[in-house]
Amino acid sequence: MTRRLFVRSLLALALVASAWPASGQVTADRLRRASEEPQNWLTYSGAYASQRHSLLRQLDAGNVKNLELKWVLPNQTFGAWQATPLVVDGIMYVTQRPNDVLAVDAKTGRVFWQYRYVASPDARVCCGSNNRGLAILGSTLFMGTLDGHLVALDATGGRPLWNVSVGDPKLGYSITMAPLAVKDKILVGVGGGEYGIRGFVAAFDPASGKELWRFYTIPGPGERGHETWKTDAWKTGGGSVWLTPSYDPALNLTYWGIGNPGPDWNPELRPGDNLYTDSVIALDADTGALKWHFQFSPNDAYDYDSVQMAVLADISWRGTPTKAMLWANRNGFFYVLNRETGAFLAGAPFVKVNWASGLDAKGRPIPTPQPAGQPTWPGNQGGTNWYAPSFSPRTGLFYLSAWEDYASIFRKEPATYIPGRNFAGGGSTVLTPVPGAPGVRIGRYTPVNDWTDVVGHGAVIAIDPQTMQRKWTFPQYDVTDSGILTTATDLLFTGGREGYFYALDARSGDVLWKASLGGQIVNGPMTYAIDGKQYVAVISGNSLYAFGLRD
Amino acid sequence: MRSRTDAAFSAHSALIAALLLLFSAALVAQADHGAQYSQAEIAAGYRVYSSTCVQCHGGNGDGISGVDLRRGVFRRAASDEDLARVITTGVPGAGMPPFKLEPAELAGVIAFIRAGFDQTVSVRVGDPARGRTLFEGKGACATCHRVQGHGALTAPDLSGVGLVRTVGALQRSLLEPTTAMVPANRPLKIVTKSGETLDGRRLNEDTYTVQLLDGRGRLRSLAKSDIRTLTYAAASPMPSYGSRLMPEEIADLVGYLASLREP
Repeated sequence: MTRRLFVRSLLALALVASAWPASGQVTADRLRRASEEPQNWLTYSGAYASQRHSLLRQLDAGNVKNLELKWVLPNQTFGAWQATPLVVDGIMYVTQRPNDVLAVDAKTGRVFWQYRYVASPDARVCCGSNNRGLAILGSTLFMGTLDGHLVALDATGGRPLWNVSVGDPKLGYSITMAPLAVKDKILVGVGGGEYGIRGFVAAFDPASGKELWRFYTIPGPGERGHETWKTDAWKTGGGSVWLTPSYDPALNLTYWGIGNPGPDWNPELRPGDNLYTDSVIALDADTGALKWHFQFSPNDAYDYDSVQMAVLADISWRGTPTKAMLWANRNGFFYVLNRETGAFLAGAPFVKVNWASGLDAKGRPIPTPQPAGQPTWPGNQGGTNWYAPSFSPRTGLFYLSAWEDYASIFRKEPATYIPGRNFAGGGSTVLTPVPGAPGVRIGRYTPVNDWTDVVGHGAVIAIDPQTMQRKWTFPQYDVTDSGILTTATDLLFTGGREGYFYALDARSGDVLWKASLGGQIVNGPMTYAIDGKQYVAVISGNSLYAFGLRD
Repeated sequence: MRSRTDAAFSAHSALIAALLLLFSAALVAQADHGAQYSQAEIAAGYRVYSSTCVQCHGGNGDGISGVDLRRGVFRRAASDEDLARVITTGVPGAGMPPFKLEPAELAGVIAFIRAGFDQTVSVRVGDPARGRTLFEGKGACATCHRVQGHGALTAPDLSGVGLVRTVGALQRSLLEPTTAMVPANRPLKIVTKSGETLDGRRLNEDTYTVQLLDGRGRLRSLAKSDIRTLTYAAASPMPSYGSRLMPEEIADLVGYLASLREP
């Protein structure tokens, strides 16, 4: 091709491009109203309220049985693939472990570019080289890295624009969560709750990477909440943040779930309630100032990170229109909070619980620690965990993946803080068929399920927040780490470790359709549309699958 | 602090080398009776482990990728001497520092690792060759278990059991088979809706299907919708060898099983 011809081709391309209805510029206003453009998926949860409820209506109970595979994107690396993709005007952006970003034609699965970030060998992560996704603002993508950096990428060219250090990996800081773009800031938090970090969340300038504010999840001397640390343990108090916050634009509040205190399993080494570990905190989006907090598990002995999605729902509560927050916590309790004030409205166990006998009038648990060597329900991984739940304003139901009848035997041990080293203070083993028998590993490492129903099993459960009762249960044999998606046609998409991808009836829990994809599903299914055709995408094992209706 | 530790290490390296020699000599001397790890040693080892090793290796021993101390999966060690060497000299390239331990502490932490972090047992490891004779003869283990292509498949193939079980767990399997039974691999009984009865060993299972090796040695995969009843055995069908073999014979069998390390 001659140079002249090449220039002409470029011009022609530019003309075609300018004829496209959307430019790919994701403004703060588009993000605020993301649920109004359901053909796109603009944040980790699809919209700031984190309901994972899509208004797309093409797929419904009548035609979902006609879903067929449209394309597959195989991963080039191995291990649990936990990311939720973004889709912006026909282009999918997805991360794969450890820190790759792919730009993909969301219609065909063909890749435009791949960016590979190589983390420092100093990176330390407790639980796998995970990355859960991206934020986009304007035409810039933002990714946190295993070595605690925040990287900005040009969404068109796939080249880095800037790269700043957020936390020192030598001290165990990492970033695995998808950042969130709010107005003119990029928000992110740090992982490292097993390494004695002092957790924080921070806001960055999208143009330069300059840090604009920071909030420590473990308050220091003189700060409110510091009195809940009776000793110097606050210095290594944990409080990691490894899941994307939610945001209420009307209240201008961001809501963050905070991780476990350090050391994980020995609360005697950190007397006090240990704020703001195992809490939800509401921070002003502009300044990072704390508006309110609610602690789910004070002085935690069980590694019950409150790292779940804060699901924001406007509901009628006892007859009053209420800005509510719905929260199924790792500690086995489901909560309804007032998200303006943090007031506790209701709470009840959603799985078997014996670490607490219940909640008091303010929502504080009444602890019932079990004798050494005896099982505690729920076990170390919790009644649920980080995988995204869903709320449907149509059914009024809250849907989550739960681990049922699952217990651990916890043990406390001494712990000495050494920078960057594991700081656990004990451990846990799962309950086995015969007391004292060898346990099983928590994760899925092979295609063989070494759990049985004796150890525990998974389920999708639908909770009615008005009654705190289960509406229905969809049991699975193995446990499940799958997120949940609901649609305005009352479909519910989910998966599980067994590798079945399901469409359930959101009103009854009945299976309407399923595909046996084989690999564990440990991300949240999401949906989008291109040229009037709805797709639903899910990651199973090492591949991302996109389904749509048969043409 | 790091340079000081290194200096301390050099100063004491001669002493440690001498201790290692002594330790090795002790193991050689024990070979006839097998390496034995007493409950007291294991308990002492637990104290060392939980104050020192746990920082990196974690409470379950699997904190370092590719290493699972509790299950006896090591990168650079097979024998007790190897373990002693790794602990005392460290692994400079991989970030493991050398540890200066008293001889009793070193022996203890090895005993703790070998016992699978189980402080409730004393473990004795005997002669693998004698153990093999017992396995194939008096113990009649091959009636149900297979090793390197020989023996039945009624119970799990043991060709690599030394890689996935500690000597503590192996001894326990021989003495208390039901207590040692893992959740997977359990014996099950299935009655299908068409009236067929299957006894076998569970290989895999999900919400809709179950995979098993049936009593006739066939791989079967059944849809649960075709099954009338599916029952797991609450107890292992394996007998306890505590009353069938002498303690020395149990130790020899443990030695043999621990030597089976086919990946």
